[in-house]
Amino acid sequence: MTSTIGGGASGVPERKIRVLVAKPGLDGHDRGAKVIASAFRDAGFEVIYTGLHQTPEMIVAAAVQEDVDVVAMSVLSGAHMTLFPRVQELLAQAGADHVLLTGGGIIPEEDVRALEARGVGKLFGPGTPTTTAIAYIRDWFAASQKAS
Amino acid sequence: MSTRERKVLQRQKEREARLRDAGSEQATPAARVEDWQELRSTLPERDAPFTTVSGRPVEPLYTERDRAGADPAAIGLPGFFPFTRGPYATMYRTRLWTMRQFAGFATAQDTNARYKYLLDHGQTGLSVAFDFPTLMGFDSDHPRSLGEVGVCGVAISSLADMERLFEGIPLDQVSVSMTINGPAIILFCFFVAAAEKQGVAAEAIRGTAQNDILKEYQAQHAWVFPPEPALRCIVDMFAWCSEHAPKYNPISISGYHIREAGATAAQELAFTLRNGFEYVERGIARGLDVDSFAPRLSFFFDVHNDFFEEIAKLRAARRIWARGMRERYGAKDPESWRLRTHAQTAGVTLTAQQAENNIVRVAYQAMAAALGGTQSLHTNSMDETLALPTEKAVRIALRTQQILAHESGVANTIDPLAGSYFVETLTDQLEKDALEIFAEIDELGGVVPGIEQGWFQQQIAMSAMRQQREVEAGERVIVGVNDFTEGSENIEIETLRIDPAVERRQVASMAELRARRDAARVQSTLAALTEASRSRENLVPRILECARAYATLYEIRHAMESVFGSYKEPVFF
Repeated sequence: MTSTIGGGASGVPERKIRVLVAKPGLDGHDRGAKVIASAFRDAGFEVIYTGLHQTPEMIVAAAVQEDVDVVAMSVLSGAHMTLFPRVQELLAQAGADHVLLTGGGIIPEEDVRALEARGVGKLFGPGTPTTTAIAYIRDWFAASQKAS
Repeated sequence: MSTRERKVLQRQKEREARLRDAGSEQATPAARVEDWQELRSTLPERDAPFTTVSGRPVEPLYTERDRAGADPAAIGLPGFFPFTRGPYATMYRTRLWTMRQFAGFATAQDTNARYKYLLDHGQTGLSVAFDFPTLMGFDSDHPRSLGEVGVCGVAISSLADMERLFEGIPLDQVSVSMTINGPAIILFCFFVAAAEKQGVAAEAIRGTAQNDILKEYQAQHAWVFPPEPALRCIVDMFAWCSEHAPKYNPISISGYHIREAGATAAQELAFTLRNGFEYVERGIARGLDVDSFAPRLSFFFDVHNDFFEEIAKLRAARRIWARGMRERYGAKDPESWRLRTHAQTAGVTLTAQQAENNIVRVAYQAMAAALGGTQSLHTNSMDETLALPTEKAVRIALRTQQILAHESGVANTIDPLAGSYFVETLTDQLEKDALEIFAEIDELGGVVPGIEQGWFQQQIAMSAMRQQREVEAGERVIVGVNDFTEGSENIEIETLRIDPAVERRQVASMAELRARRDAARVQSTLAALTEASRSRENLVPRILECARAYATLYEIRHAMESVFGSYKEPVFF
């Protein structure tokens, strides 16, 4: 995308951050996914929403096709210990391990720590302000731009 | 006291004195509404929204003026049309609400043990929570089920699982509610067949299948078939139950999920009742006599944080239903006018932060449900934003209902808030809002076109976004989340974990089932079902035959799907 959201600190136009909001598995609870997708859009991100009931394969295919910077998964089904590692694995296989895999949902603290330890990005629980997730993605993006 | 306030009071006192001197009948100091308004204008208001959770403005005071022109017949008496005060004449004086905790996890054996525990602790009905694969019509050994078997509910893939689920629980004595929608007709047949195995005839089974597909498309999203064949299956169940299972509720028309997905109280009320009327229209279109099936239609509402609005919502729901059924659909049997409902406290109000505070939220919501006149109630457990509830958390939730029923006194008198200027005004407002929303739905061409256009889904998403903004802007206080925080909010509390071995055990038991059943009988019953799906015959007897042959959930789903196709959602945010 060539559209800009105003100049960065250096005055160089920044490109928009591209985020895939994804609902993996059979869980139909999409209130959080839709709220966060709208908040990301309001924050100036390019947002693609997958819709419900996606397999990890479908999510990674969409991430590659849409050339996103971030995959944000919403999981309220308890299947996070299967779904996050699987998407992470498939992203790596697709040569897309530069993509930030983050997300949120009903995920016990212990599992959050385990997933973060294996390289998944930050996972946000219920009650997190959308601004916290937005700031996290912005910071990550700025750091990854500098690194590359 | 401010100077202005003092002046107003002085002037009012002088007026009273003049009246007294003139020997007026109003000589006793009687405050008038104008006096109160005058006085009020001198006093500051706290910086708070003064709106309901749904955004409805609330006046500081309601008086008889708000009721001017109100029709007393709209309130009526409990057990009589329009049932505003309750569906039954004596309500909790005769029978308390059913305390029905929604439960299910892991395998049928694990959940069976939890049910026995709940029944031993005074619970009076069962409510089955299925896992996501079951809700979506997948067997435990289907590739789409990977990682989700038994995690969010119990895995039921065949009659064999259903038999294990109710082992030692007499199905003619315990009423069972099943939260199942997309494949409801299949799970219902497993249930009927499991009862048969116990020697209990369909005539004797009591309970409810949620079976409300319209709200699945709108909010909860556990669908299988497209709307038209899905509605056909529902009407098949109405027809079959009215003939063969007269004590069974073949549907629970649910606002709960609509509200949890973000809707306001008025949207929940309107969408739910309009869905209900849609089912009635479908039944009538099939040629069923409305009074043959309408008495068994039941409802399920959310009970959210706003105490009075929730009470008013339940009262308004009964009135709208009664009026619609009698006046629009020509139902003659008072049983068809009577809205009976289950209620659940609002899961969405639970906070992960300072999770013990949820006990208090649930208690207030439960009280609103009782004051609103619910027939049964599920109270959420404090730990449900973290994981499935532990036994201890479930016990506290159940005890909350018992304290409400036996200690608080709310069950002593019927509809105690009737006649309250505020509650009656709110009840009227909610009814009016619902009728306006009905008109909008009619303009879209009805419920199914509204779903296909994504209208319901967008309305709900917009309301959810508004609520999120209010909370993030600090306009609405959520204790422990955006105010009264303590720094470290996430208390380590014990949570229930599902062992991954559950999935392996369940998959192994499926393999064992497939090996031992009569494969030819499975194939022939499935083929007959596919054939029947092409015709207009009632599918319940066909699916029952498949169930008895131990055909699995996905096999039965597939046999129908080959004719019906599957549902594709309109994706947007």
